[in-house]
Amino acid sequence: MTSLAPIRSASAPADTPFVRIEGVTKRFGDFVAVNNISLDIHRSELFCLLGGSGSGKSTLLRMLAGFEHPTEGRILIDGQDMTNVPPYERPVNMMFQSYALFPHMTVADNVGYGLRRAGVRKADIKRRVVEMLDLVKMGDFARRKPDQLSGGQRQRVALARSLVRQPKLLLLDEPLGALDKKLREETQFELMKIQSQLGTTFIVVTHDQDEAMTLATRMGVMNEGQLVQIGEPRNLYEFPSSRFVAQFIGAVNMFEGRLVEDEPDYVRIRSEEAGCTLYVSHGISSAPGQSVHVAIRPEKIRLSHETPAGADNVVKGVVDEVAYLGNVSVLQIRLGTGKLIRATLPNLDRHESMVFEPSDPVYCSWGSSSGVVLTS
Amino acid sequence: MTASAHPKQAARTTASEPSGLSQRLGRMSVTAIPMVWLLAFFALPFVFVLKISLAEADIAVPPYTALLSWVDDKVLSIRIDFGKFLFLFEDNLYLAAYVGSLKIAAVSTFFCLLVAFPIALFIARQSAEMRLLWLAVVMLPFWTSMLLRVYAWIGILQSNGIVNSVLVWLGVIDEPLALLQTDFAVYLGIVYTYLPFMVLPLYATLEKLDETLLEASADLGARPATSFFTITLPLALPGVVAGCVLVFVPAVGEFVIPALMGGPDTLMIGRVLWDEFFSNRDWPMASAVAIVMLIVLVVPVMLLRSRGRQQSFGHG
Repeated sequence: MTSLAPIRSASAPADTPFVRIEGVTKRFGDFVAVNNISLDIHRSELFCLLGGSGSGKSTLLRMLAGFEHPTEGRILIDGQDMTNVPPYERPVNMMFQSYALFPHMTVADNVGYGLRRAGVRKADIKRRVVEMLDLVKMGDFARRKPDQLSGGQRQRVALARSLVRQPKLLLLDEPLGALDKKLREETQFELMKIQSQLGTTFIVVTHDQDEAMTLATRMGVMNEGQLVQIGEPRNLYEFPSSRFVAQFIGAVNMFEGRLVEDEPDYVRIRSEEAGCTLYVSHGISSAPGQSVHVAIRPEKIRLSHETPAGADNVVKGVVDEVAYLGNVSVLQIRLGTGKLIRATLPNLDRHESMVFEPSDPVYCSWGSSSGVVLTS
Repeated sequence: MTASAHPKQAARTTASEPSGLSQRLGRMSVTAIPMVWLLAFFALPFVFVLKISLAEADIAVPPYTALLSWVDDKVLSIRIDFGKFLFLFEDNLYLAAYVGSLKIAAVSTFFCLLVAFPIALFIARQSAEMRLLWLAVVMLPFWTSMLLRVYAWIGILQSNGIVNSVLVWLGVIDEPLALLQTDFAVYLGIVYTYLPFMVLPLYATLEKLDETLLEASADLGARPATSFFTITLPLALPGVVAGCVLVFVPAVGEFVIPALMGGPDTLMIGRVLWDEFFSNRDWPMASAVAIVMLIVLVVPVMLLRSRGRQQSFGHG
């Protein structure tokens, strides 16, 4: 299986979508868990559904697995209508958040369960279980019971069990949620490696934006049952389409303002919060006077003790708090208008020359292409 | 008691040496309660019954001879009579009664399990409030006297009872069926009476069953029936064992149901026991019957328990 070349790619292939979700709505009584979602996922993608609790991401995943049935809409997998097909007849497997390992079976029996149900020959089951356990580096634990394993080991067994049937589509519900931070980061890369080795299409549900950014070739942000934005992680971070997405993915400084000038290649926004007029080098084609927000990421703000020369946007403030995180320092700065903004400084030198202390006056500046104007 | 009398001292002792005297005394005072209970209400009566079983029947008050007696005020004589135990094996009646009891108890336990499992599964799948309601429904018959309920069954099953009347009226049968005074009636009575003892332990294990395990099973290609036999049933096994013991053990010694609903050829040990005590007034014989019944019941249960313990140790 290592002979397979990596086929991990962000660019969507031109063929028909592998998973097609068509106008799917799910209601539980009066509550709309999933609200009219349409989404195409291509073969060999690692698609992340990112959202907070109650955003409907897990319900969408459970509908793909067949545990819930859509109130409206259709789900097609590999061109076949799966809307009302029971879970045990779908070419889909799921890795559960709780792992759901069978406590009365050994690791090998857990992994072989799906193959026994498919009527695979005993010798073949044995061989494939060994192969799968080796892939997730659990070969030495085949005869253990789940309660004799650590959290990380259980996670691997659950992954092996869900992959052993060679599903066309693997659904992962918070696959790394129960692991501690260090293990989670290691496992993320392993998961990506396995996915590109096998070429299986993965759909991952997570509430952890770092996890989604690391894993995903493409991701969708969900809020209140709706898909707010779909795109590659980089696009979602740099070009959020709404305040929700900008704030949900990463940290952001948000300035409320009023559009004073809107040209095709630039806009000027008068912001009371910033205490100045902000200059952003992309047009938004809206009527002047409209209320908008300008979003600037903390790492795009430059800090200086002196007035910076030739900067497009400059605001003056006082350092409020400094948090040293090792790789970066996070500074909270109080502007003259009273608004607090956040800026991050990479710690490039071990003997930091330009140090900011609380109550130092400071100039914050950023380029014209750093900010994003958001109308919703 | 001692531990709580000197809390400071106890705390200090616990900190320095975990198995301090006061802590040990405290632990003992807690375990003493069930110990005293067992001693007073199981061990002592058992010794009495054992003593009677080794005596001889006598026309006296109490109606058996003493084990110990003084001969000429000098010699202590001990008379132990194993005759009753030997007689148990000589007369086929007793063996037949034991086998009959075990058979009736085993069959009833099996059907009880068959009826109780769907009920317990159904209750475990309900919402939290509905579970309480359904459990109350299962328990409700227990609030009336068992004797009353057995008589109600007699009313239902007798030849001019409800079942026969309806069947005759419908024209399904011409003459009333002999439902009462049969083994069938005894099975029915035991299953009905002991059902809650089976439902409750089953419910307790099924309620704890993680439903995502069934989803995982379905996800891996198992149809609902397969999931039941590969996941639900093995994980409910502790409840199955507990329920079966709770039904089987009292059913073996059951007296009221076979006496009232069984036929003349329904031979159960409870009935034999009753006859020995009250018809024959042979207390030693009755005691011997009871002791052997205890052994017949306790030994398999202990074997079952030690097997279960080995298995759970095997898990780690």
